[in-house]
Amino acid sequence: MSEELHDVRLRVNAGVRQIRVPARRLLSDALRHDCGLTGTHVGCEHGVCGACTVLVDGVPMRSCLMFAVSAEGAEITTVEGLTEDDDSLSPVQQAFRECHGLQCGFCTPGFLTTIAAGIERNPEPTEEEAREMVAGNLCRCTGYHNIVKSVLRAAEIQRERAGATQDASTEVASTEVASAADTSTDAGEAQA
Amino acid sequence: MKPAPFAYRRPSTLDEATRLLAEEPGAKVLAGGQSLVPLLSMRLAAPETLVDINHLPDLGHVVADATGVRVGALARHAEVLASEEAGRTQPLLAQALAHVAHATIRNRGTTVGSIVHADAAAEMPMVLSLLGGSLDVVSVRGRRTIAAADLFAGPLESTLAPDEIAVEAFFPALPAGGGVAFEEIARRHGDYALVGVAAVATTDGSGDDAPITSARLGFVSVSDVPVVVDVTDALDDPAEAALAELEPADDIHATAAFRTHLVRVLSPRVLARAVADSRSGALAGHV
Repeated sequence: MSEELHDVRLRVNAGVRQIRVPARRLLSDALRHDCGLTGTHVGCEHGVCGACTVLVDGVPMRSCLMFAVSAEGAEITTVEGLTEDDDSLSPVQQAFRECHGLQCGFCTPGFLTTIAAGIERNPEPTEEEAREMVAGNLCRCTGYHNIVKSVLRAAEIQRERAGATQDASTEVASTEVASAADTSTDAGEAQA
Repeated sequence: MKPAPFAYRRPSTLDEATRLLAEEPGAKVLAGGQSLVPLLSMRLAAPETLVDINHLPDLGHVVADATGVRVGALARHAEVLASEEAGRTQPLLAQALAHVAHATIRNRGTTVGSIVHADAAAEMPMVLSLLGGSLDVVSVRGRRTIAAADLFAGPLESTLAPDEIAVEAFFPALPAGGGVAFEEIARRHGDYALVGVAAVATTDGSGDDAPITSARLGFVSVSDVPVVVDVTDALDDPAEAALAELEPADDIHATAAFRTHLVRVLSPRVLARAVADSRSGALAGHV
């Protein structure tokens, strides 16, 4: 008797993958074997090590503790999906590079996804919050010190980049306000 | 480490889900899967069918009123933990939830699922027991409410029938002026507790001398089911009173003697914190 297969439409990294898998296919295996996205690493395969962490609708989850068929409809982000639109490094990737946040690299994809979501939620983590953020991920090389530094640096880079974008848009906005100010005093008063 | 083959069903209504469970005696419910999937992967469980309830509507609620907090079957631990309303109504929820695995597991795992999994080493079955809460379950035969005291039959065994789905847990509110505390000892951060103790206490008024009117302790990972002990009449030695009703066991994580020691250390410490919490009156009128 052959195993029943399911047609699953996975939304991964802003694209759509149509795969045909048995129900027992773990999401981690579906990403690696069926989608060819081998950036997601499989360590312990029972939810302890955190290497396989991906973002499901923006929230970190263990892909080894989910079935691909159950992830249908969710927006999944793997480590491959973290890079910026122009293929440059995301804040957390840049920070790991700067702070030597990895050595062998096996656990790194799980850290990167976890931290990317973590600094989105908490853009200014304290060192203690940074440690708590990565408490569910195991690394056997670094001793964690440089990973914690990377979290803090990633948050800093993210703030810098957000600030740069904001400065640019503020500049545009203030130019517009300046040119509008001559004619629209009434509107300005009404807003205040 | 791959699960054995199983048939997969994804009902879109609760009626359909209960019908599937009634029709297929070998079926198990899949909610968050943070306990079930490892069991499947290690082949400690191999159900013929999984009924995936993640796509059912109306089960993700966390709502609080003056009587307590109601948590739907699809509310993730993280959502319960993040609910300020739930935290105000019953502060023990957030204190205990912070010890449930790691944040990433809490993002997927459900509070109701953890209760039904009935692991005596898990926090939420004990919290439901200590608070005298209840669980609502549904099957083709209808809906019933199981009191926490009648819910845990043995290690990893609840009194749900195989065709029943737990749909909602109810955690009673902390009475105005009550106090709570929780503490656990684990080998590593986020691991299952070797011993965990929670306390709920009430005092007559506030201030350092306010007499204690009730005191209850709940124990994680000491016996093979969550155990609750009323220590109101044993305030000078709550640990001994508790040990009379506990059966600390040896396993690969800790010896019975070490667990007994931890009960002796944690019981008075946690009770004192709950009493101080109650006497401080910080929570008075929070409901």
